[in-house]
Amino acid sequence: MKRMLVVAVLLALFVPVCVMGQNTLETVKTRGKLIAGVNASLPGFGFLDAATGEFSGFDVDYAKAIAAAIGVDVEYVPLTAGERLTALQAGQIDVLIRNTTWTLTRDSKELGLNFCPTTFYDGQGFLVRKADNIRSIKDMDGATVCVTSGTTTEGNLADAFRANGLTLNTQVFAATEAAFGAYDAEACDCYTSDKSQLASLRTIAKNPDDHVILPDTISKEPLGPLTRHGEDEMFDVVKWVVFATFFAEEHGITQANVRTFRSDNPEIRRFLGFEGGMGAKLGLSEDWAVNVIAAVGNYGEIYERHLGPWGLAITRAGSLNDLYTNGGLIYCPAWR
Amino acid sequence: MRKKLTSSHAIPFWRDIRVLRVVSQVLFVMVIAAGIWWLLNNLQTNLETAGLNISFRFLNNTAGFPISEGLSYDPTDVNGYAFLVGVVNTIRVAVIGIVLATIIGTIVGIARLSSNWLVSKLASLYVETLRNIPLLVVLFFCYFAVMLTALPLVKDSIRLPGFIFLSRRGLYIPSLVPTGSFATWGFYIIGGLVLAIVVYLFRRAQLKRADRPGFPIVWAIPVFLLVVIAGWFLASGNPLSVDVPVLKRFNFEGGMWLSTPFVSLLIGLSTYTAAYIAEIVRAGITAVSKGQTEAAKALGLRRTQVLRLVILPQALRVIIPPLTSQYLNLTKNSSLAILIGYYDLMNVATTIFNQTGRAVEMILLVMGSYLSMSLLTSVFMNYYNRRIKLVER
Repeated sequence: MKRMLVVAVLLALFVPVCVMGQNTLETVKTRGKLIAGVNASLPGFGFLDAATGEFSGFDVDYAKAIAAAIGVDVEYVPLTAGERLTALQAGQIDVLIRNTTWTLTRDSKELGLNFCPTTFYDGQGFLVRKADNIRSIKDMDGATVCVTSGTTTEGNLADAFRANGLTLNTQVFAATEAAFGAYDAEACDCYTSDKSQLASLRTIAKNPDDHVILPDTISKEPLGPLTRHGEDEMFDVVKWVVFATFFAEEHGITQANVRTFRSDNPEIRRFLGFEGGMGAKLGLSEDWAVNVIAAVGNYGEIYERHLGPWGLAITRAGSLNDLYTNGGLIYCPAWR
Repeated sequence: MRKKLTSSHAIPFWRDIRVLRVVSQVLFVMVIAAGIWWLLNNLQTNLETAGLNISFRFLNNTAGFPISEGLSYDPTDVNGYAFLVGVVNTIRVAVIGIVLATIIGTIVGIARLSSNWLVSKLASLYVETLRNIPLLVVLFFCYFAVMLTALPLVKDSIRLPGFIFLSRRGLYIPSLVPTGSFATWGFYIIGGLVLAIVVYLFRRAQLKRADRPGFPIVWAIPVFLLVVIAGWFLASGNPLSVDVPVLKRFNFEGGMWLSTPFVSLLIGLSTYTAAYIAEIVRAGITAVSKGQTEAAKALGLRRTQVLRLVILPQALRVIIPPLTSQYLNLTKNSSLAILIGYYDLMNVATTIFNQTGRAVEMILLVMGSYLSMSLLTSVFMNYYNRRIKLVER
């Protein structure tokens, strides 16, 4: 009995040390569940419906897609901007899909994170009140700007005002709700964030029509999923799940027709898992890509569902988020 | 015969209480040390596995983010300085908060013991309400419910006499700006201070010799004021000029600015902590037996004199130790500032660690900062506690 106790104590001492070194993909398969870090308060991207307790949004669909590829369930962990990177570094979540901007520092070994392909090309903008008669950033000398802490936003904001030689006052909050609430209560003249977020938040303002998004875009904000640095198996899977949604749109494969889709095109046959053994190469089943599209649809369908005219109404045609064949940046590498 | 008896009754060392005491303590220390070693080792191993290492070099990198409150700061300053701005902001709200909480707490505590029914019931209501609401809710209420709805927009600020403007952005008051002749006046201030101390010491010695009660400060203050006022007129030109806040397109510019988050945090922290302090003060006063009050009254002391000369000196001994904990609580609770947008050290630290990704290092710095602030407060309060402790003869 005593000896067992000693063994138990020793185990308890050393187990936590080993956990981090493991292969996340294997851990997810064994656990039967993917733990994804998402946003809970950004309609259109990641939003927790208080009434039903369901998560929904563009980013949430990508979490579903990854889980479908591996063939497991998904559990969502709502995270604030400040918590998200640490949560992934510390192994609290398997993958982070929370409108996170791809930057060199974040992608480096120093932070221990890897960025998967961009799912949404965004840029930082300004939301202001129509009544203030602001046309561009140059009209905002001395304005007070509300910001959410823990984002690239604060740095971009300071840079933009500095570049234009303008005086800047800011107020930084931990939670988006508080920061936007303060702007809505006119404690600030302006709220700044990625334009997609501005479109989303404008819908929950007291009076959405009183606000306008300025045409200025002051930064590049490529948003996409992240995995931990050095976990190549998981990194590859997430990367190719994103590409699968691009591929499907390019070739007209949709949620409705994917199960019955047949083609003589060898690349499409490899995509559908009829030949090539692409699943085994990623450590997945052969029909993984079919499962992804069956679960959430192709890129265009995901976009349409959350960001289209019935969602946030962010124009896609002609933007960076259009397929490369239409002049956008949505492009899938060779499927071989 | 005798020798045999002792040796057969000698206690074996594993049952010797003296040995056991030492052994148990050594074991205890070893367990604690092993625990700490394990935690540190765990951290080290996990950081290494993740390819991270602890380094504070990022503090010398350009911060690049804005801070709008506190010490003069520019986004081109380094992270280390940005953190210092946050630390100073925390100290600012903590020190003013402690003073306010002590004043409000003492008044409410004494009021709760008042023989006036209404006063004592109002004090009870204050204590029971604030003590039973989470601080976070109090802060949100102060900021979002009171400040951001009751106060007017910056365009239609309330104008108080003396160029003071109150709005949702905060309180703008005229500030004094040193001019060219400020240095000359500074000499008069220092001179006045030295002179005042000399007068104070002289008067104190004089009173002691005459064995009379009295306050030497009553002589020292007028001397100081006299020198300072004389200096004002003797220096060429006004040493200070007034900077009046002026409404520009979006905000007031010039003057001094107390932001709404700062004021909300200050009010929230001090009223909340005051509820606890009131109870401590009440307990301290009740701890002094009723006989003392009656005896003092019998000697013909007035009510205020009874409180000042008899009750409080004894009550303070009971009050100080728990009061110290409340001061520490107030300082640490100020870390909720980020929720209402005040640039305290936690707020700035969060931004730095998100820009640089140095979470472990920033948390260590934050822990170190709060620890030093709390230890300094404790050292001071313990010193004060020793000074007022009952000297037993």
